[in-house]
Amino acid sequence: MPAAPVVQMGCLSPACFVLSSSVIKPWWESFQHHLGEGQCQNVDDGWKLADSMPSSAPALSLFPLWGSLLFLSACSSLIPQDFYSDSPGGFEINLDHRKLKTPQAKLFTVPSEALAIAVATEWDSQKDTIKFYTMHLTTLCNTALDNPTQRNKVQLIRAAVKFLETDTLCYRVEEPAALAELQKKEWDPIVAWAEKRYNVAIGSSTSIMGPNISASTRDTFISHLASYNMWALQGIEYVITQLKSLILSMGLIDRHITVEKAVLLSRLEEEYQIQRWGNVEWAHDYDLCELRARAAAGTLFVHLCSESSTVKHKLLQD
Amino acid sequence: MATLGSPLRTLRGLLRELRHVSGRAYRDTAAYRHILAAFRAHRVTSEKLCRAQQELHFQAATYLCLLRSVRQHQALHREYHGRGERSPEEVAGLVGFRLPRQPGGRAEAAPCRPLLGTK
Repeated sequence: MPAAPVVQMGCLSPACFVLSSSVIKPWWESFQHHLGEGQCQNVDDGWKLADSMPSSAPALSLFPLWGSLLFLSACSSLIPQDFYSDSPGGFEINLDHRKLKTPQAKLFTVPSEALAIAVATEWDSQKDTIKFYTMHLTTLCNTALDNPTQRNKVQLIRAAVKFLETDTLCYRVEEPAALAELQKKEWDPIVAWAEKRYNVAIGSSTSIMGPNISASTRDTFISHLASYNMWALQGIEYVITQLKSLILSMGLIDRHITVEKAVLLSRLEEEYQIQRWGNVEWAHDYDLCELRARAAAGTLFVHLCSESSTVKHKLLQD
Repeated sequence: MATLGSPLRTLRGLLRELRHVSGRAYRDTAAYRHILAAFRAHRVTSEKLCRAQQELHFQAATYLCLLRSVRQHQALHREYHGRGERSPEEVAGLVGFRLPRQPGGRAEAAPCRPLLGTK
């Protein structure tokens, strides 16, 4: 085994600046290095490495920034864990041969391979510094794994359905007339679709009290959301909080509208004002991109956590 | 169903975003292989609408939106919000001083030299 100095993330010692040719090894060597480590694990721990490893580690490359203290080796690989004990299987992420952990120091395990690949890509896209605010999928996985607000399924669903009373699509203005007209034209079809699909009555309102949501409507949504697992529910609640609308989030989850359209509908009044008064790139576009990123990450997270066709291992249940 | 456009366009956009992320070696990444494999597996040759294909296309379009908007957000942040703090040299230069060059010494211990004075 070559004793090459492996670059660790976040290491501040000047020794990291040493860039020797032995450190840049081809990615398959780093895999074999890890295999050597893994096979020494005690099988009594209840897990062993899968026999067929996906060839998934990208080329190990270093970005030595002379004069900067923090640099990152862009190499993240994912190792599938085949659990043959009672704990379910999943995928882990390795960053420079160290296992990724959540903020509460739990092992980072995701149920779906596509989700793990997306998280690994997020880590790979960090260049000089790690910008956690751009890694939305990682944040969502951490939230699902740690559950920092300590909410169980019932509380999550209740928080999600509570948004219906303050749903953006149900709050209409009376003036300016052009905006009221725009809201009617854009939002009414989506509300009608939701009413038809879920067989509920939602309606809209111009008063400050908002629409009157009946108990049966609430129960319908509660029972619909109960069919999702805990991970997907975290994602759904995230999307609802970002878009400020339960109906738009349902439209996204059911693939009725695209992310761009959902974000546009959520920001309808802002778009109207932008059309009227002009666009400020460093504020409007900034917020637009951020909202799109978050909504897209949430939707993707929900879909990847709730699909059952391509998952080879059991879904992580709470 | 959502109006998504052609899958080819989505795929090309995804590959372009992956190139932005990984650079020259984007074809070795797991994401590239996974996306291509998924698109190939769900390629529809008959005329019927395939629901799995639609679902995959929606996921691909969502992922494309995520990658694209994260990249644009970062670019906007760099351009408008990312100036950060000034370095000590710049701060000293604001009032016309230069930091002393002492190997192993601390800048605060030694007095600052004026910028326009003789060395």
